[in-house]
Amino acid sequence: MKRRYRNILCTGIIALGAMLAPRYARAQDTSGGSMHSDSMSSKLSSKMPSKSYGVEIRDFAFGPMTLTVPVGATVTWTNKDEEPHTVYSNDDVFRSKALDTDEAFSFTFEKAGTYKYFCSVHPKMVATIIVGADKKPVATDQKMDGMPISKLN
Amino acid sequence: MPKGNIITDNLNEDGIDRRGFLKCMAWAGTGAACVLQGGVLQSFALGDSAIRGMHKRKGELAFVQISDSHIGFNKAANPDVVGTLRQAIAKINALPTPPAFVLHTGDLSQLSKPEQFDTLAQSLKEIRTDRIFYVPGEHDVLDDNGAAYRERFAKGSLGDGWYSFDTGGAHFIGLVNVMNLKAGGLGNLGPEQLDWLEKDVKHLKSSTPIVVFAHIPLWSIYPEWGWGTSDSEQALSHLKRFGSVTVLNGHIHQTMRKVEGNVTFHTAMSTAFPQAAPGMAPAPGPMKVPAEKLRSVLGVTDVNFIRGHHTLGITDSTLDSAM
Repeated sequence: MKRRYRNILCTGIIALGAMLAPRYARAQDTSGGSMHSDSMSSKLSSKMPSKSYGVEIRDFAFGPMTLTVPVGATVTWTNKDEEPHTVYSNDDVFRSKALDTDEAFSFTFEKAGTYKYFCSVHPKMVATIIVGADKKPVATDQKMDGMPISKLN
Repeated sequence: MPKGNIITDNLNEDGIDRRGFLKCMAWAGTGAACVLQGGVLQSFALGDSAIRGMHKRKGELAFVQISDSHIGFNKAANPDVVGTLRQAIAKINALPTPPAFVLHTGDLSQLSKPEQFDTLAQSLKEIRTDRIFYVPGEHDVLDDNGAAYRERFAKGSLGDGWYSFDTGGAHFIGLVNVMNLKAGGLGNLGPEQLDWLEKDVKHLKSSTPIVVFAHIPLWSIYPEWGWGTSDSEQALSHLKRFGSVTVLNGHIHQTMRKVEGNVTFHTAMSTAFPQAAPGMAPAPGPMKVPAEKLRSVLGVTDVNFIRGHHTLGITDSTLDSAM
């Protein structure tokens, strides 16, 4: 009975999501064969458009952990682990499906702000995208020399 | 190997001798049994006649725990996870007493894919047992909040897939701590499940042995790697009055054991690939060992409960050990 209620609720949320979707229109799941497919991103890597940024998921961490980009930038997360990870915004602004090894997910940030996100499979993995108008991109990698923070303590 | 080693030092008056306990832990990875009997911890090497004798005791309930099969994983740490699962099944089928049932403590699949669930279900049909009970791992609830998992492996369960059952005089509780995880957090049971748990055990006598099984450890093993459950203390508070509580978990792909008062915590090996000991690698995840060593770090867990004797024996055995 409870399950049924929840399903109805879920359906409602999905319907609501569909209505709101155009606002967040440019969240793209690259494994679905959209223009940000894996082969495209590797081709692009030599000549990246100016507003494309990458976050690598490796050793159960997002790198860089804090990335600052201009408004309109597209960020692509690529999973380099042998473990599936996801990219979930804390405030539900963007949400990837589970990314297997070498799969990627892209999202275009149209609004300035601080976007905290995490991996819903391994919630200890947290990171931030700062979207700021007219700011030069700054990457602050909190992992030093490839050592996880826990090792530095 | 020492044999039938009864531990008598009991400095903390809790029935557990630390020295003997450590000895037990050291053997766990290579095939040993630790038996808590009348408050005295006994340890035996696997294959010891005392263990074989245990299987013949009257009123016994024998079951097996397997974990972390990760069907669909195909990387260097183990390109043949179906093969090693089959070896684990052969090990179970070779037990002197067929298990009454089998518990799979999650991560049945690598990516929650229907074909991965199919292969797991097909493979486990080979086990000579009456029934298999499941709890989901985080790998089994990707992208659909566990709907496909529940449809297949936890029909009739409540909420996200929790349930309980009684057998052999003991009360078994399957919990789900891999869903609705919060940013920065650990495994999570959630208030709805905790409320259910409180009600579920309310009617039970304090002498009823309780066995709790869930994927992520319900004790804090290594929070830095997410190896713990944020609200496990609340769950355990509902079980405080019981004389015998056994908590069986997976997730960390290695055996670990802790005894705290009346609660015994135990984690099982994976049937697929090992992970590093806490903090011994830059991150958790599949660990590659030399091919010839793989079978020594995978295995199954055999649990024996002797009714009326308050005895619960937990035996870990690796795929390469003789049994």
